Amino acid sequence: MAFNTTEINYAEPWSGKQSPFKVSYGKLMMWMFLVSDALTFGGFLAAYGFSRHAYSGEWPIGERTFHAIPFFEGNFPLLYVAFMTFLLIISSVTMVLAVEAGHRMDRKGVTKWLAATIVGGLIFVGSQAWEWSHFIHGSDFGKVELADGSKAVVHAESFGEIQNFTVQTAGSHYQVGQVLTNKDFDLKHEFQHAIEAGHIKDGMISLHDGSIAKVAKNDDTHLQLNIVEAGGKYGLGDKIEGADASKQYYEAAYSGEAKRIVYGANMTRNEYGPSIYANYFFFITGFHGFHVTIGIIINIIIFLNVLKGTYEKRGHYEMVEKGGLYWHFVDLVWVFVFTFFYLV
Amino acid sequence: MERDDIIEYSLHNHHSEEEGKKVRKKIYFVTFLLSAITILEVVVGIFMSRANTFGAAWETIKWMYVALTVVKAYYIVMTFMHLGEERRDLKQWVLVSYLILIIYTIIVLIDEGNAVGHDWSFYGV
Repeated sequence: MAFNTTEINYAEPWSGKQSPFKVSYGKLMMWMFLVSDALTFGGFLAAYGFSRHAYSGEWPIGERTFHAIPFFEGNFPLLYVAFMTFLLIISSVTMVLAVEAGHRMDRKGVTKWLAATIVGGLIFVGSQAWEWSHFIHGSDFGKVELADGSKAVVHAESFGEIQNFTVQTAGSHYQVGQVLTNKDFDLKHEFQHAIEAGHIKDGMISLHDGSIAKVAKNDDTHLQLNIVEAGGKYGLGDKIEGADASKQYYEAAYSGEAKRIVYGANMTRNEYGPSIYANYFFFITGFHGFHVTIGIIINIIIFLNVLKGTYEKRGHYEMVEKGGLYWHFVDLVWVFVFTFFYLV
Repeated sequence: MERDDIIEYSLHNHHSEEEGKKVRKKIYFVTFLLSAITILEVVVGIFMSRANTFGAAWETIKWMYVALTVVKAYYIVMTFMHLGEERRDLKQWVLVSYLILIIYTIIVLIDEGNAVGHDWSFYGV
């Protein structure tokens, strides 16, 4: 071994040479960094708590905001986030197994478990990207502002399919009588953008080229409006169901006024709740995702060094342990984000 | 790289195959525990969310979530980050300093949030 392994002389504890905690400098500094980083995340989550306690309306419910999974339509509350949480726990386990293998100088074991950790991390970041994309694009119905000024989130069994747009007044591109279908462009996408911009009035949509078309759309099933911000007529927590829900929703959608319905989320408004809710979502999960990304890069560098045999030559795999500390910390943060963002 | 100016603690950090077995057993136990808690949380979350659970029942569930989260955090820090096997002074340095600061932050910000929210709803934002 290349290193000198002097036994500690406790008779001379003040002679220098030894660490007060009997751990190496690198590990100690990693702990120091993690304590400060944990305070940063703790500060974010406490600030999120501040905003929640200061807000008088109904704060978005995780089960209702996050209920989609990739590739399948339908209502799956929390399932995807649960999958992500589980994934991060498992990748934390593979990491700690890599550290354990390192303690036995088992290079093959370290290689195997570290590779698994990196794969888990990559799937997690990919999942988060999907989740962001879904959060930004939003649901079929969005959040609606009703005639009395109250705001409601919409729940429905299904969104009635849009069959076609039939052009009534020609524009620079489309002719009168032309029937536009999903072959021409994404009707639903166009429909939602037009509603948000106030370009649909009484079932007639103004298209980009200036033409005006009639919208043929199937009925939605089981529309329900849940009031989340009180207005002149409806109070917080009121529900509107049945034919009345459909009537009031399309009154707003086809009013020709911009921003009566909000889809998805951006930094200034979103369909889920107050704008600060989406801001915190982007900020906290974004900062966490950034940490995971950095963790993957660190793990890849360590992995390459394991393959090269750097730590074998050094006589110990402490670098895996230090990378592991960081990786577990990322998992630890997610445990809290999961509870306070999605469950409570 | 022969050095005699520092003590290399990293080299003491090795263990044998038998010890490794014990360590792995503990890791698998914690894995099981963390997974079970997460599954429990999600099942409760799906069937008893804030949308359909109110009053004392919701309060109980909310505090149960917080307690389970702290349990998960405890096992991650103590076993996965093996802070439990470090020296007591290192443990205290990490935990005591962190807990004092974060508990203070939480109490101050939540209390202030309530006060500000109260003022906002009385005098307008």
